[in-house]
Amino acid sequence: MEFLFNLINGISLGSIYAIIALGYTMVYGIAKMLNFAHGDVIMVGGYISFCAIFYLELPPFIAVVLAMIVCTVLGIIIEGLAYKPLRDATSLAVLITAIGVSYFLQNSAQLIWGSASKSYISILQAEPIRLFEGQLTIKAEAVLTIIVCVIIMIALTLFVNKTKIGKAMRAVSEDKGAAQLMGINVNRTISTTFAIGSALAAVAGVLLCSSYPTLMPTTGSMPGIKAFTAAVFGGIGSIPGAMLGGILLGIIEIFAKVYVSMELSNAIVFAVLIIVLLFKPTGLLGKKISEKV
Amino acid sequence: MKKIVALVLVLAMLFTSVACGKKDEDANVIKIGGIGPTTGPAAIYGVATQYGAQIAVEEINALGGIQFELNWQDDEHDAEKAVNAYNTLMDWGMDILVGTTTTNPSIAVSTEAYEDRIFMFTPSASSPKVTEGKDNVFQMCFTDPSQGVRSAQYIIEKGLGTKVAIIYNNADAYSAGIYEGFKAEAEKNGVEIVSVTTFTDDTATDFTAQLNDAKTNGADFVFLPIYYTPASLILAQAKSIDYAPVFCGVDGMDGILTLEGFDAALAEDVMLLTPFSADAQEEPVQDFVKKYEKLAGEKPNQFAADAYDCVYAIYNAIQKNGIKPGMKAEEMCDKLIETFTSADFSYTGLTGSNMTWQANGEVDKAPKGYVIKNGAYVEL
Amino acid sequence: MEKKLKLSAAAKSNTITYSMVTVAFILIYLLDMMDVLSNSLSGQLVPICAYIVMALSLNLTVGVLGELSLGHAGFMSVGAFVGVVVAGCMDGSPDILRFIVSMIVGGVFAGIAGLVIGVPVLRLRGDYLAIVTLAFGEIIKDIINCLYVGVDASGLKIAGSAEALVLGEGGKVLINGPIGAANVPKLSSFFAGFILIMLTLFVVLNLINSRAGRAIMALRDNRIAAESVGIPVTKYKLMAFITSAVLAGMAGVLFSMNFSTIVASKFDFNQSILVLMFVVLGGMGNMRGSIIAATVLTVLPELMRAFEDFRMLLYSVVLILVMIGTNNAKLKAMIGKYTGKITAVFKKRKGETK
Repeated sequence: MEFLFNLINGISLGSIYAIIALGYTMVYGIAKMLNFAHGDVIMVGGYISFCAIFYLELPPFIAVVLAMIVCTVLGIIIEGLAYKPLRDATSLAVLITAIGVSYFLQNSAQLIWGSASKSYISILQAEPIRLFEGQLTIKAEAVLTIIVCVIIMIALTLFVNKTKIGKAMRAVSEDKGAAQLMGINVNRTISTTFAIGSALAAVAGVLLCSSYPTLMPTTGSMPGIKAFTAAVFGGIGSIPGAMLGGILLGIIEIFAKVYVSMELSNAIVFAVLIIVLLFKPTGLLGKKISEKV
Repeated sequence: MKKIVALVLVLAMLFTSVACGKKDEDANVIKIGGIGPTTGPAAIYGVATQYGAQIAVEEINALGGIQFELNWQDDEHDAEKAVNAYNTLMDWGMDILVGTTTTNPSIAVSTEAYEDRIFMFTPSASSPKVTEGKDNVFQMCFTDPSQGVRSAQYIIEKGLGTKVAIIYNNADAYSAGIYEGFKAEAEKNGVEIVSVTTFTDDTATDFTAQLNDAKTNGADFVFLPIYYTPASLILAQAKSIDYAPVFCGVDGMDGILTLEGFDAALAEDVMLLTPFSADAQEEPVQDFVKKYEKLAGEKPNQFAADAYDCVYAIYNAIQKNGIKPGMKAEEMCDKLIETFTSADFSYTGLTGSNMTWQANGEVDKAPKGYVIKNGAYVEL
Repeated sequence: MEKKLKLSAAAKSNTITYSMVTVAFILIYLLDMMDVLSNSLSGQLVPICAYIVMALSLNLTVGVLGELSLGHAGFMSVGAFVGVVVAGCMDGSPDILRFIVSMIVGGVFAGIAGLVIGVPVLRLRGDYLAIVTLAFGEIIKDIINCLYVGVDASGLKIAGSAEALVLGEGGKVLINGPIGAANVPKLSSFFAGFILIMLTLFVVLNLINSRAGRAIMALRDNRIAAESVGIPVTKYKLMAFITSAVLAGMAGVLFSMNFSTIVASKFDFNQSILVLMFVVLGGMGNMRGSIIAATVLTVLPELMRAFEDFRMLLYSVVLILVMIGTNNAKLKAMIGKYTGKITAVFKKRKGETK
């Protein structure tokens, strides 16, 4: 019973990582950059939805939509102002800029919303689910998180494979130059990717804060790093990889915490990552890099 | 070319820091320096102490006697930055230091203050290591082990728990210190501790594993020697897995009701031991709460009250020993040490009555037990 | 005169770097002695030295070897804590001896960590390598967080929890898990920092200009071509990586011995990123740039204290603007045009005077 309890918790945590990792992986696939500010967009999504629920007393669903809109706009602005001028720069320069953006978002959040943490109001005011005569209690949020994750996964796969924009995204990620020659607007495609990634970050922010109801300017950092790890774990650039990586990471983390060591759970997560990368250097579902001579 | 620009920049920076580095001795005011995190994850504590000290300074200056000037510097809850902040204050000409707010930066700063002979009065850095071996460092809050011991005694006296679980932050000197004091005292008195689990700042979001451990071991009393942010998460997550023991916190729990968005129903019947409550009806407390709310837009927590008391205790001591503006900081330091450790000096403030200080810098005051009923503190 | 002409371009550049550091040191040292320097700046001298060494050593990995490392603070951490333990065990010996031995042992342990990490990690490429170094940095942090070390009459004791660490009479705890080390002896000085910078420069610059250094740079520029002419990849990569780790460990010792307390969480991901920022802003493979960037970026937040709570916000804006200004092709061309004009004017004047 305890095993099942931990497994469900792990999958639920992993689902959040997976949604965040999708944002990382899509941006990486297309812009070939590590967007370290992604974790902080999650935090912004959390704050926006919190304000909508707590101050404006809007229904949770509208709060989520509002958070998604704000984050999408934010994502596009960040991309346009900070990353677009660096399209031809080295990836390291972009990385440092992304970190600058991350600091900027965290410090702005502190100035706007104050340093005191907020207690997030779960968007789901439901009783926990009790199974086996109360021996197994599952958080309602955990179930919601898993369902949302599955829906996003399916929708995103369809979007990338079936729509025109999705095809453009794949083309740009294959070969930017060739895509441009074929008449694809590379800049707009990259902006779209950022928009989608940021909207997903908003959803992840709401789910994260609903399951672990606290909110402060640094809320997004650690989940951001973990999700980035998850994206690499699954093979960065691959959508199913991000999903698989996220969920596995969540399960490993919870199991390590329960069965091995509370303090070393993060270390164990990272150790597993290293071992996997040693055997599969491009992640679980990553593409093999062909070497050009 | 770029290099030349950079070099010029470095030289310019050096120059400005040299130029503005000289102490200007202002003979009319006593310069009080303050250090605490006002940015970063621990900002809430630093901001609270900053506002608390600010209110006290404004009140004292309005009295018309000795005038204080407060300069508060950010340390981001980092020892390195705290020493930088301390040096910035030294450049400003600090006479007395109120700070630092958090423990680890405090240890680093206290070493510097000891060498420079600056009187240091920390509102909330509670580890015994802060004052250890330094005669010029005093604390306004309890030391951690003594708070742990007192909590255990309180629980035993009142017969509150039979099977006790503890969840504490082992990356936090405060939390770990209380835990050790509590455990030693509880075991001495035969209290059964069935589950001890930990977390760190990196893992302070998911507590289901810890709570499940307490639940499966049948704990009916959970002791939380932690700050209120993780405590609020623990309460929420306990409810979501149907676990309802008696929760008991320490002074770090104070503030949980001011948390925006927090459902006070979750904290119903939670006990806490703290020297300060913003709900207390005494006039000085209510007066302070009003001023604080005006300044910060929220209710003050214990940190704010501690800092307020620090400034007032210094003020009282100065009244007694005749320190005057313009005196050398070392001289003030020696006089203040003498006053604070003298047998006839005591101070009554927001966080306790008739507080006295031992030669090692620790404070003697009594905690009060509160229980939360209908979203307000009720004294036990 | 003739001898001077024979100096190669590299040697000339190195001489400039050495003399720049020496002149800066003498100047600041004198100012400090004369007590003209503000407390704020003189308190930062040792950390600045430590960060310069960190930047130089990371530049060896990132700029010269061409592998992105996001866990450099981990090596600093190993050095710092080993140094604290060594200094704690040598209580009673003369300070200078304690410091030097701590420095050496700290460096050696960081080097061992570099070897343990380097062997598996250097097989990976690009961003995968970066994430694994990040992971190792976090693992080192977590392990030190679980480490309880004490010393008593019977010797050094290491345990995995506070309860398991049982010390005899007169024993003292050196590392107390996540709470870190307190009451660390203050053995570092600005002079020691200067010596360490010179040593680091000597090691790094000589490595770059040696046969090994050329092999390492060949690996960076084209690994396959380098491999095909018979350069052993693993050997040279490891050489650069371990050297970099040893130097970072020594920087850690210098850093920890300047503050009376040190915690493992100080050396987290953000610290690694900070050092990486020095390297990127200073220019890849440009040692002089690293020194300047490390100094400027360490002092900058302190100079911005007047902005109070807006300080870190402004810092981030400055960072973004500098990155865009120095890396955007259009802006770069624009800046180049202006600086070009200025230099042209200078050159013209020079010509006139001649």
